[in-house]
Amino acid sequence: MFKQLKTITGGLLALCMPVTAMLATSQTAKAADPTEVRIMWYSDGIEGDVMRDLLDRFEKQNPDIKVTLDRVPYKTVVEQLPALLDSGQGPDLARVTDLGGLSRHYLDLRPHLKNAKYFDDNFASSLPWFRPVNGAKDGVYGVMTQLTLTLPLVNATLFQQAGIPMPGPKATWDDWAKASKAVADKVKAPYPIAFDRSGHRVSSLVLDMGGKFVDGDKPALIDDGFKAATKMLVDWHNNGTMSKALWGSVGGTTYRGATEEFANAQVVFYMSGNWQFTQFAKTVAKNFEWQAVPNPCGPGNCSGMPGGAGLVPIKTTKNPQAVARVVEYFASEPVYEEFHARTLFLPAHLGIAKKGINYQTDDANVKKSLAIAVDQVAQTSPVAFRLQGYEHNRILFNATISRVNQAISGEMSLDDAYTRIQADIVEGLAAKGIKLQ
Amino acid sequence: MNPNAHPPSDSATPTAAQRFARGFELAYTGLMRALEPPFAAIQKRIGIKGMAYVFVAPNMIIFSVFVALPMILNIWYALTGSNRLMMEERPFVGLDNFSALLDCKDYLDVNSCKQDRFWRAVHNSVLFVALQVTAMVALSLVTALILNGKLRARGFFRAVFFFPVLLSPVVVALIWKWILQRDGLLNALLMAGGGERVAFLHDASWSFFWTVFVSVWAHMGFYALILLAGLQAIPADLYEAAEMDGTPKWRVFWRITVPLLLPTLLVVVILSLIRAVQAFDEIYVLTGGGPGTATQFIVQYIYETAFANQVHLLGLAAAASLLVAVVLMVLTVLQLRISYHGKTS
Amino acid sequence: MSLIRALTRTRDQRSMHLTDWLTYGFLLVGVVLMFGPALWLAASSLKTKSALQEFPPSFLPMGQKEIKLADKPDPLPVYLVPLASGQSAELALQRRIGLVGLFIDPAQPGADPVRARMDEVKPVRELTFAWDNYAEPLRRFRFDRFLGNSLFVTIVSTVLTLLVNSMCAFALSKYSFRGRDAMFVFILSTLMVPISVILIPAFLVVTSLGLTNSLWGVILPPIATPTGVFLLRQYMLTIPDELIDAARMDGASEWRVYWRIIMPLAMPALAVLGIFSVMWRWNDFLWPLIVLSREESFTLQLGLSTFQGELDTQWHYLLAMTMMTLAPVVIVFTLLQRHITTGIASTGLK
Repeated sequence: MFKQLKTITGGLLALCMPVTAMLATSQTAKAADPTEVRIMWYSDGIEGDVMRDLLDRFEKQNPDIKVTLDRVPYKTVVEQLPALLDSGQGPDLARVTDLGGLSRHYLDLRPHLKNAKYFDDNFASSLPWFRPVNGAKDGVYGVMTQLTLTLPLVNATLFQQAGIPMPGPKATWDDWAKASKAVADKVKAPYPIAFDRSGHRVSSLVLDMGGKFVDGDKPALIDDGFKAATKMLVDWHNNGTMSKALWGSVGGTTYRGATEEFANAQVVFYMSGNWQFTQFAKTVAKNFEWQAVPNPCGPGNCSGMPGGAGLVPIKTTKNPQAVARVVEYFASEPVYEEFHARTLFLPAHLGIAKKGINYQTDDANVKKSLAIAVDQVAQTSPVAFRLQGYEHNRILFNATISRVNQAISGEMSLDDAYTRIQADIVEGLAAKGIKLQ
Repeated sequence: MNPNAHPPSDSATPTAAQRFARGFELAYTGLMRALEPPFAAIQKRIGIKGMAYVFVAPNMIIFSVFVALPMILNIWYALTGSNRLMMEERPFVGLDNFSALLDCKDYLDVNSCKQDRFWRAVHNSVLFVALQVTAMVALSLVTALILNGKLRARGFFRAVFFFPVLLSPVVVALIWKWILQRDGLLNALLMAGGGERVAFLHDASWSFFWTVFVSVWAHMGFYALILLAGLQAIPADLYEAAEMDGTPKWRVFWRITVPLLLPTLLVVVILSLIRAVQAFDEIYVLTGGGPGTATQFIVQYIYETAFANQVHLLGLAAAASLLVAVVLMVLTVLQLRISYHGKTS
Repeated sequence: MSLIRALTRTRDQRSMHLTDWLTYGFLLVGVVLMFGPALWLAASSLKTKSALQEFPPSFLPMGQKEIKLADKPDPLPVYLVPLASGQSAELALQRRIGLVGLFIDPAQPGADPVRARMDEVKPVRELTFAWDNYAEPLRRFRFDRFLGNSLFVTIVSTVLTLLVNSMCAFALSKYSFRGRDAMFVFILSTLMVPISVILIPAFLVVTSLGLTNSLWGVILPPIATPTGVFLLRQYMLTIPDELIDAARMDGASEWRVYWRIIMPLAMPALAVLGIFSVMWRWNDFLWPLIVLSREESFTLQLGLSTFQGELDTQWHYLLAMTMMTLAPVVIVFTLLQRHITTGIASTGLK
């Protein structure tokens, strides 16, 4: 079918214009000498610059390899990359966040690595996230470029102004909700609690309330923990602990953070994650004191959700050897450490995490928060790790966020939302060839 | 292009714009003249009548390859399932996608539909198109009429109304998001004036209003420009004659302006209708379809189903787009039928 | 009714009537509404990242005053601090401990720091232009490359669109041939179908032709616009056939009839389509996003959106680069503005 299409369209176009001739010339005129490795890379902040800097050094050491870093919008990674991969036109490496969803396109680097054991030893917790269901059980299908962990950020100054003590390290979600509401009422802050509008963030609440998400290799999202957590969210929106101004202002699966509100000291308790530290160092500066706090507890856990972005080699690459060398360089201890020290990301490298990173920041709030985040990674629940490694977790996240939001904005009841969530999951999995029931 | 069409330059040194126009004209003439011999040779072979096909060919070929062919391929997508992109990898599912879309217990109650989001989007789109086209045509007409009058600094005002057209959809959405959000400019102004804060973006009706407003804001200048040109084409002596006769002004408006502007107005209505049906970018960035699904429109539904959601449900999206395309095609042909009948009778 | 009277009035009048007030009132509101946001955008492109996020937003790029002291590595923010003497002074914040801040007098950096409650001090604000928003991305952002790509796409697309659509419209309006009506209905029926709904199959076609990551893949597919053909055909129908017959009598070839007679007379419609095409191609995002994935082939709109990550967007850079992106179109349209309106109007669009 595809071949025929090609000839038909090709024939039609050849009739039309001499454009095809131009294309032919533009395609042959490619530099021949060093092997080229292309990386598709999106950036939240400065990590693209840091990476380019590190790659420049790599190129100097390896004159036979030229690494091109295509800095693309995040939208390209989500919307275009899957189409490119399906049609066999992917880059050699890509920085992606849907680790499981794209995994059938990843290349197992193990045969091409000089020292595969180094990866086994240092990336043991994150390597399974990349492995395709039918892939090699010990395969090295990628390396994290950034480990994220959901955790609350708290405006400490507002607590001080209200004269209310901050709940301690093992406090429950209820404690935090009550305290935040009390603080907000006293200092007239409009948002006692804010959550990023993201299924991933909501999942950490579900996790703490005892949700299990997955049963074996099948999703089992709607359980008592899930119901308790989502009811909590709806109640919070109804009693003013959370404001509809944040989640209510967008729809679908659109992400909506509360960074601006937090930077303007309007949020008491902000459920987000460690990736916010760098920008708050800039936007909050010395206007108030803020810090990350340990994840609140529920009947199930006191854990955040891990996540992040990984650098993955693509199966269709013509130069697996060169790709392996780039990945090995990036994952090597000094380079990996420098990358994280400069970007203030959490490392997925167990050795470095244990040793501790000397982060390049002077901001007292950031320093304090980074320490808590690193400690929280160690306390992350195995359920959370399993969910992060579940290939279809994004289907659960997306269904959760769009439907629960519809319940919050009053378009449907929470029970209807559960039915819809289940239907969305069945539909999504069916498209991937998995039948439920 | 036609040397007579240009006003004679009033000074010896031409302005930049005049020089640009002159250069453009030279390039145009040169190119077209160079193309004359090959086309003349073809014409000798196939005759005057046959030349019609030569003229249509480039457009029809590009159209067939890049518009018609994808639409046909879309049918295959609509009949197949899975999230695979390559057609040979997709299992055939028959009419499953269509029946999923049309599966409603009660078509007026979106919550009873299997694909409730599709139907919400359909409802929203119909309302949006009706409101947006009406507002667009009315406002651009008033603007064109005013800009056509004798005004001080007319050039400046024309430029101002056209300006938003130059902005990209993302920027348009961004500007208005900052104006409308909870602590945005508009609420700041309201509160400075002693008013209450208004939930512009998280109240469903307000949010809907602003999607209409912002898309009118962004594109009105283009239609006002077309209408302005239409107004200027009405011969001035008609108005002068009417004035000499002492005809009342409102009569002049209804008897001269309206009928002579009608063809231009029709173009504006059709163009704005097309744009309204296709409205997507600004709204997607401004509201993301929210709150809930209050501003989710049909193009966004299709786009999200096919792309933005993690599982790309290409079959469902294709089925939805086919349904929409068929409805739009029928409506377009009907509409043109009616407007032609109106003209001939 | 008085408004309508004002609107139809073309003669000059000596004194200001109510209708004039209404007219100028409308224009004033129009200017504020249409131009105000754009000015705000321009001013905002000079705000620092933190000033951009301030509530309520300010119009001008205001930021907190900062002072660089000799013995401190970073500049310190300046506050208006009430002193024990009852007066206030502008002091630099050295450190804050909870609700209390330690302030230094910039004039006497050696003296003991002053303690003050943070809720009693006020930040000193001044006009600060963050030129870095422009300088920094220009250093690493391949603006020239993206600009070149965007110019190429916009110019080539617009020229080809005008050429191809006008040729087709000419044939559809001035010849009678077998299949003409079928073709017209075929094109028309897709008038309202947005390209975004056939994105995937269109991507497949482009892929099978090897046009991904090629600017031609961006340029070619949307060229045969139904809107353009429709617009031009309607306009060309009004051109009298006698002109064509006369030219043929003089021995002009069909091609000559097309470019010497039809095109100049269709100028107004071509101008409308041209503007439409330029604006659309310059600002197009969705289609290039699907076709292009290599940085060297990016257009400006794609380049701009690389400041948008998953979790954070560099708004300050994005705004500054947006202003740079806007500049070429604004310049072109300001230069050609008079020509466009008079050009369209000289023969009238019907």
